[in-house]
Amino acid sequence: MHLLEGEKLTINFGGLIAVNNVDFYVDEKEILGLIGPNGAGKTTLFNLISATFKPKSGTIRFKGKDITGMSTYKVCRLGIARTFQTVKTFSNMSVLSNVRLAALFGAPVKLSEAQATKDALELLEFVGLSKNVNSPARDLTLGNQKRLEVARALATRPELLLLDELMAGLTHTEVAEAMEDILQIRSEKGITIIMIEHVMKAIMNVCDRIIVLNYGKKIAEGTPAEIVNSPTVIEVYLGEQSNAGNK
Amino acid sequence: MDLSKINRKNLGVNIGIPLALLIIVGLLPLYGWDYGVTLFSNFLLYIILTVSWVIFSGVTGYISLATAAFYGLGIYAAAIYFPLNGHALPLIVIILIAAAVSFVVAFIVGAITLRLRGIYFAMFTFGLVLLVKEVIYYWEIVIQGTRGRMVALESNNAVFYYLLGICVIAMLVSYFIRRSKYGLALQSIGENEEAAAHIGVNVTMTKIVTFAISTAFMGAAGVIMATKNTYVDPGTAFDPMISFSPALMAIFGGTGNVWGPAIGAVFFSYVQELLQTGSLKDYYKLIFGAMLIGTILYLPTGLTGLIQKLWKRFKGEKSAPIRG
Repeated sequence: MHLLEGEKLTINFGGLIAVNNVDFYVDEKEILGLIGPNGAGKTTLFNLISATFKPKSGTIRFKGKDITGMSTYKVCRLGIARTFQTVKTFSNMSVLSNVRLAALFGAPVKLSEAQATKDALELLEFVGLSKNVNSPARDLTLGNQKRLEVARALATRPELLLLDELMAGLTHTEVAEAMEDILQIRSEKGITIIMIEHVMKAIMNVCDRIIVLNYGKKIAEGTPAEIVNSPTVIEVYLGEQSNAGNK
Repeated sequence: MDLSKINRKNLGVNIGIPLALLIIVGLLPLYGWDYGVTLFSNFLLYIILTVSWVIFSGVTGYISLATAAFYGLGIYAAAIYFPLNGHALPLIVIILIAAAVSFVVAFIVGAITLRLRGIYFAMFTFGLVLLVKEVIYYWEIVIQGTRGRMVALESNNAVFYYLLGICVIAMLVSYFIRRSKYGLALQSIGENEEAAAHIGVNVTMTKIVTFAISTAFMGAAGVIMATKNTYVDPGTAFDPMISFSPALMAIFGGTGNVWGPAIGAVFFSYVQELLQTGSLKDYYKLIFGAMLIGTILYLPTGLTGLIQKLWKRFKGEKSAPIRG
């Protein structure tokens, strides 16, 4: 059984079919990459998985359970957490409160206030924000706000983590750190990850498998090596002169 | 960070000062200052309306203009169960009825409208005031064949103590919600509703229940004020100013803490009293309006926000106050 499985997912916004008949799956402890040109439907697919939107047709199963059309907060409590393409931290709250709140409301089991604080402090240490615990989230740099979003998502004790363009706008050093963090989240916490990313170096080095979307359709799927050599993918996305995968 | 020291200091501020204030205000009727009792009853009324408004709207940013609808329902509860001629229920029972009716109406209305955001929610809630008013007009004139009702009079001191009781409960509820994890959840809804839902907050239910709780106090306050004013008709019961004032008072006082709304309410109702009775009474709404525009432009965090900021600057901390 796959950890998460989508079958024939379709959603349209008026005349625009954002996700068109897409099948996908992710296995436990896998890192799955989701790439494609702007407007290919990557974030929309995340929105379907995390129950921001309900698909027009198709089903989503998490650990064998049909979760199609479930409320957003319930899907979170079942064990699917996410970050956002444009950061959505609670900017006037302290960094600690941002993460504590997620532990208090999003965890599959009810945590005590003390346990939530403990979890939050540990996660902030894990993502390297121990020094910023009491500052308001709005004072953090973009890189640190993204770390905060990761800590907040992890506080809900997920089994599956959806990372939406975590590395966009980060410096070279920050990208390298983020790559390490992602691998660490899997190795230390055993969490499965699906990531949307435009930074090819990151996606090629971190992912076990990649799905390519274009105009809402899945056009390719395979290991990083298969994807960089696929003529279709080169044509629609990577371009002729691609040097993706080179370090 | 020495946590125990901070807790002890907060204990003094959080319990000592309010208790002292409560005793001083509570003994007011004993001083033989009749005008003072009336004046403070008015303060208490606006504190109740403003503090309860802030419980929901101040934190989530959903601006409700429905205060007058629930306040008016309270007034009508008194008109029906506490009439001048005929059998009257005990006032405390009517207060509970009004609070329950407000809660239920707000729950239903909230379930329908709380997916509206921003100006749309504000307009709908204001529409609710007019809707309830028209329904009651219809019921009065067409079904009952009456227009206007007389309510039995309560003494000024009794009105004062009832209001004081409701005010204390409203402030305690506001304080405990703010301190609880649900307070944090409400704040997260105000900051980013989508993110709140994605970290496991049941956004819809949290909003509806909090909205309903906040309106219970508005209904309760209406009951008491009806026994003070004695004559009731839909036009006076559903006065739109009752919807606007708490929002304005809260913005002026600042919604970042429990005290802001109370300070805003006392300040504004006193200014209102001064302007209405003094030589400037023709200009009172004009001056009122000018003060509000000034507040919104120059005091976005309200009076208490400004004080906090100055205090931090005085102590040499550079960061603005956090609300979490």
